[in-house]
Amino acid sequence: MSLELYMDLLSAPCRAVYIFARKNGIPFDFQFVDLLKGHHHSREYIEINPLRKLPSLKDGKFILSESVAILFYLCRKYSAPSHWYPPDLHTRARVDEFMAWQHTAIQLPMNKILWIKLLIPMITGEEVPAEKTEQMLEEVKKSLQLFEEKFLQDRMFITGDQMSLADLVALVEMMQPMASNHNVFLNSSKLAEWRMRVELTIGSGLFWEAHERLVKLAEWDCSTLDPMVKERICEFLQKYK
Amino acid sequence: GPGALPGPAVPALPRRLHLRQEERHPLRAAHRGAAQSVAILTYLSCKYQTADHWYPPDLQARARIHEYLGWHADCIRGTFGVPLWVRVLAPLTGTQVPEEKVERNRTAIDWALQQLEDKFLGDRAFLAGQQVTLADLMALEELIQPVAVGYDLFEGRQRLAAWYGRVEAFLGAELCQEAHGPILTILEEEAKKTLPVPPPHAYPGMLRRIARIP
Repeated sequence: MSLELYMDLLSAPCRAVYIFARKNGIPFDFQFVDLLKGHHHSREYIEINPLRKLPSLKDGKFILSESVAILFYLCRKYSAPSHWYPPDLHTRARVDEFMAWQHTAIQLPMNKILWIKLLIPMITGEEVPAEKTEQMLEEVKKSLQLFEEKFLQDRMFITGDQMSLADLVALVEMMQPMASNHNVFLNSSKLAEWRMRVELTIGSGLFWEAHERLVKLAEWDCSTLDPMVKERICEFLQKYK
Repeated sequence: GPGALPGPAVPALPRRLHLRQEERHPLRAAHRGAAQSVAILTYLSCKYQTADHWYPPDLQARARIHEYLGWHADCIRGTFGVPLWVRVLAPLTGTQVPEEKVERNRTAIDWALQQLEDKFLGDRAFLAGQQVTLADLMALEELIQPVAVGYDLFEGRQRLAAWYGRVEAFLGAELCQEAHGPILTILEEEAKKTLPVPPPHAYPGMLRRIARIP
């Protein structure tokens, strides 16, 4: 029975898992769960993950959610080269530290940009008040500053000379606002150089293949959005307004 | 494993870790410390070779812990700290958290508690399996915050209440008293006005934190 990965590459955590599996030649069945069509709320998917989130992994009878857990699992099970999750105690702790910090410091704000600049106006027809947008962009700026000062510093990659899971997760998340034409790498040459380094290490072909659906998001015809899904989104949006 | 210390060997709890200077350096958080407690716990588990059950070496058992901790980062951390802000910290700066945010937070807490009980605990003894792990420790320390300001988290949630009691019993009364004493008496201290008053230069940061409450 083969490994199944339930994903939609619109989601940054899915892209991290996808890129990692492809880069390491891990064979898997790509089970596409279309977020735009609300398929993560389907009965079939709820059986896989009652929390309705992506990505999920199914390895025989073993089902696992949470991208960081999936990355660690794949890394170990398929004996990925050690630079991805270095065995040295302090270096590994640096990766662990980043993985814990990124949920609220990077992933959340990067998604907020996408919602505020593209999805909310597109789906509800309303613009988010400028003050909220400003506040959010300030938060993002602070997070990126911290990322540079604390995690990247003067190194080529977060752990040193080689790329690790931390760089992969960081980059796919920072790409999220690109779908709303917002490029967070413009203000810092250090960040832009790191971005290029990570892309080249992954391989530009694989990198941009993984990001294709994201960069085309603005072309999505949201009038096809399921009304029930639209309602759910509008509720969820309250906290961004 | 060999050389493992008996009993709950992980020293105290995230808020009270006493790290020697050399250990403090690689993991020192220049900013918010809460997120990093996970990395600190796994670091300590490995470095001090604590009992296996905290962070079991088995691939799937360990994956369950990471799975819980990922969800915890999104749905527990931050959310369960809001009641402290509502009841104690915002008032210390002379502000109130808007009622609509308080309501939204209660809903988020309720939802998270349901997931904790149904998905993570299920009919198991602990959140990531049948033994206490780092997952239970992280969860307990977050849940204690609303408990400390009088939220009833366990009404209608007997399984979760039993789990909470089991984790406390595992840690032992003495350790719980030492680590939880200060937070559990926070309302008393507030009433007696013995809480440290934040200096004015801390206000902007605190107000930003309050603004970020969804």
